[in-house]
Amino acid sequence: MNVPLALLGLLEREPSHGYDLKRDYDTLFGRGKPLPFGQVYSTLGRLARDGKVVASDAEPGAGPDRKRYIITDEGVSELEAWLAEPVAPEPHLQTLLFVKVVLALMSGRSAEQYLDTQRAAHLGRMRELTELRRSSSLVDALLADHGLFHLEADLRWIDLTSSRLAALATEIGA
Amino acid sequence: MSAVVSVNPSVTPLLEARDLHLSFGDTPALRGASVAIERGELLAIMGPSGSGKSTLLHCLAGILVPDSGEVHFDGARLDTMREAHRSALRRRRFGFVFQFGQLVPELTAEENVALPLLLNGTGRGAALNEARGWFDRLDLGGLEKRRSGELSGGQAQRVALARGLVAKPDVVFADEPTGSLDSLAGEQVMELLIGAARDQGATVVLVTHEPRIAAYADREIIVRDGTVASLLRSPR
Repeated sequence: MNVPLALLGLLEREPSHGYDLKRDYDTLFGRGKPLPFGQVYSTLGRLARDGKVVASDAEPGAGPDRKRYIITDEGVSELEAWLAEPVAPEPHLQTLLFVKVVLALMSGRSAEQYLDTQRAAHLGRMRELTELRRSSSLVDALLADHGLFHLEADLRWIDLTSSRLAALATEIGA
Repeated sequence: MSAVVSVNPSVTPLLEARDLHLSFGDTPALRGASVAIERGELLAIMGPSGSGKSTLLHCLAGILVPDSGEVHFDGARLDTMREAHRSALRRRRFGFVFQFGQLVPELTAEENVALPLLLNGTGRGAALNEARGWFDRLDLGGLEKRRSGELSGGQAQRVALARGLVAKPDVVFADEPTGSLDSLAGEQVMELLIGAARDQGATVVLVTHEPRIAAYADREIIVRDGTVASLLRSPR
């Protein structure tokens, strides 16, 4: 999660106090990991320093939360650019499967055998899920489908990698 | 010779290939492929394109004769059998479902389904009667008189499925039976194929490159470079 840009996004709705920003962030994006107050204020401080937000004069009263923050034109531009850019697709190449294949090749072990073993395990699980979806409610069947499609994606990767092991071994110098 | 691996070595397989070699011109398609299939088993043959999986299926079904090696079916040698005899055996004991239904376009759906029975000498009335019994079962009710051009891909494939099963074959050979269908239609075809095969006690040999389709089988083998690369079994 990009906290500065998330806060800019929240500020674009309306000028807000740090406390309100934290509350909204935690509700929308926190997912059990609330944003520490310290991080809220340090982030807002940096955004102000870089000209993305401005702070209103301190309002009368006690406590640290006496400033309202307002997004600047520059802040809006940055937010727009960030929103327009696609998120990098999930980097599956860092999965355990890949690490194991590379380590197997580098250590002179049979990567193909590892992939065959992995394929059998995947297909075994797919068989279980297929049986489950055939005998269960639509809700359970759809959940099983979700698992099946993900396993299938892994299997396609396993098949493709299996057919490219020699080239991969050359490339990593194994 | 590679080992012939059966699910359970104490059971005599219904269908078995032993060390099959077959080349098309200079191109070897099978290089010592062996597999043993039990009666009532649902076997998936998987493997990359060009690995020889369809060639293996065609040899098991007696459509192709290997250059060397043996194919045994229910105590008989398919590979040394005279073509006329083998052809009769294919008609009476085997059923086929291919990727594209391959329905005869001039015939109605019910005539297509009745075809194996007609070829086996069943009278036209009895054959059509038997064929019609499959339409409701495969969710095809009302489409009996349609020609293949008037059926959706999924419907045509279910008609082809009925044709493959109507003569109550001992073995159903299915080569990418869902290959031309979307997920939902493919799933329906597989459900019906597996259900009907189980009901009839038929053995199914299924060639597929789709893991989700292979997951319907009891067991899968992987064909790679013309040999059975790995024999994998997970508990049912």
